[in-house]
Amino acid sequence: MSRDRRLIFSRHPRMRGMTVVSLALSACPRLESSGYRLARRNISALAKVRPTGQKNFRKEETPTENDLTIKGKAYIAGIYEHPTRHAPDKSTAQLHAEVAKGAIEDAGLTKDDIDGYFLAGDAPGGLWPMVDYLGLNTRKLRHVDSTETGGCSYLIHLGHAAEAIAAGKCSVALVTLAGKPRTGPMPARAAGAEADFEAAYGATTHNAYGMCAMRHMHDYGTTSEQLAWIKVAASHHAQYNPHAMLKDVVTVEDVINSPMISDPLHRMDCCVVTDGGGAMIVTTPEIAKSLKKPLVRLIGHGEAMKGPRGGKDLDLTYSAGVWSGPRAFEEAGVTPKDIKYASIYDSFTITVLMQLEDLGFCKKGEGGKFVADGNLISGVGKLPFNTDGGGLCSNHPVNRGGMTKILEAVRQLRGEAHPKVQVPNCDLAIAHGTGGLLGVRHAASTCILERV
Amino acid sequence: MAEVKKYPAPVTNPETAPFWEAAKAGKFMIKRCTACGERHYFPRAICPFCFSDKTEWEEASGEATIYTYSLMRKSPTGPYAIAYVTLKEGPSLQTNIVDCDLEKIKIGQKVKLVWKPTDGAPLPFFTAA
Repeated sequence: MSRDRRLIFSRHPRMRGMTVVSLALSACPRLESSGYRLARRNISALAKVRPTGQKNFRKEETPTENDLTIKGKAYIAGIYEHPTRHAPDKSTAQLHAEVAKGAIEDAGLTKDDIDGYFLAGDAPGGLWPMVDYLGLNTRKLRHVDSTETGGCSYLIHLGHAAEAIAAGKCSVALVTLAGKPRTGPMPARAAGAEADFEAAYGATTHNAYGMCAMRHMHDYGTTSEQLAWIKVAASHHAQYNPHAMLKDVVTVEDVINSPMISDPLHRMDCCVVTDGGGAMIVTTPEIAKSLKKPLVRLIGHGEAMKGPRGGKDLDLTYSAGVWSGPRAFEEAGVTPKDIKYASIYDSFTITVLMQLEDLGFCKKGEGGKFVADGNLISGVGKLPFNTDGGGLCSNHPVNRGGMTKILEAVRQLRGEAHPKVQVPNCDLAIAHGTGGLLGVRHAASTCILERV
Repeated sequence: MAEVKKYPAPVTNPETAPFWEAAKAGKFMIKRCTACGERHYFPRAICPFCFSDKTEWEEASGEATIYTYSLMRKSPTGPYAIAYVTLKEGPSLQTNIVDCDLEKIKIGQKVKLVWKPTDGAPLPFFTAA
């Protein structure tokens, strides 16, 4: 094996041990980058058989069972978003049960079909009480996962569910998110090693994201008006969502004239706080095909973490999406240019802008220009985003936006989005989010979804 | 007002106790790894860069520049400015900018360390230099 090929084989754990053929299939988009041009020449014969960088590339692929990838191995067969935004009359566990029931029924399955369950820190008491409370069939339940990465937990759950399904560890996985920050207590979080050194300084979501926006403006000239366009786009979509908390269309002026919360973020740069939740069913290709819903599958997944890391070379202008994104795109064999619809976590406007840059929809520092002038509005701009109104206008259950990002992406791929915001022939979508505090410590996860 | 704000006492633990003992004596300590030479904050026993256990306490000057900040306009204890400052010695850390005109804070501004009392060891904050 040439030195160059070894380079490729060793650079991704999933690729170790792969054949040259499967390597070429999975890694071609990356080979287009200058660093791998030399390597690409070595497999030029294969490259001719499977042209790289073409839109239809992913259509030609037929993943085999032996590929070390989750590509195409798990389908989202059921989705449900709780219509409530204010639930004084319900318990948190009850909301979990209601969204679980909704997703199971949407899939056309029953509770006893569930053999995998995924939840995060919003589920009261974690796995033991939730499995028991829901009455999941414990003779059948054989895979559980309580990965907690804040708002992007559910994007990571989707990837982990696909891994478990690909490995045969479960076949029908339920993922739930629910809670009631408006009408009930929020679960306490255990203190980290940094507590004595940070707790006194009052980091909140507002000022932690504010610090990112402040530095982004300083480094790249990003403006409040550009950030406002993100909220404007979300509001254009929310007007068609009967469940959206904020249905009024707003203007750039409305956003920059709203009260300053934590410089430079205004009230309308911030997402809503809502009770509610959502759930999904992730299953095998065989089971999904036996059901009645349009087929939507996961073809790429990435996850990553970022923090101040001892204070060395602090840079708050990028997120862990710079790592999770390329991992997901590489696995999917597509590029940002191929994406027809984007669900991008919108805890704040700056969250969207930084993530779009980090995912490669535009260059670092050019996010402001990219989001301006309605570029994120469905039917108007080049990248329709958060067509349900997103967290900025519709729903942000338990201050965790990852689940609703997946749900609207699935609606778009099924053709079930509101007709006013449905992207025509939407066959490839991204759902991406971060969890934790972007300006302190956070995780990111990227899912590439395809309609089959 | 920042002067009357009550800050939580550090819980401390065996790994960080020397930092808080030094703080009581007015000394601001960071950690330096003698294996790779990198300094870090907050202090750890094992270097977060090279994973060596050869880390040493080192007194820092308390001089820093503001990397970024955000002024929280309302809170139960009034407005406050969270920030990351970059120490002259290298590491950046989370803090609050206090005891100066918060409306005039700028990225790149020079700041210096001030201690704020708690019921236990004092906590490090920064103010305009």
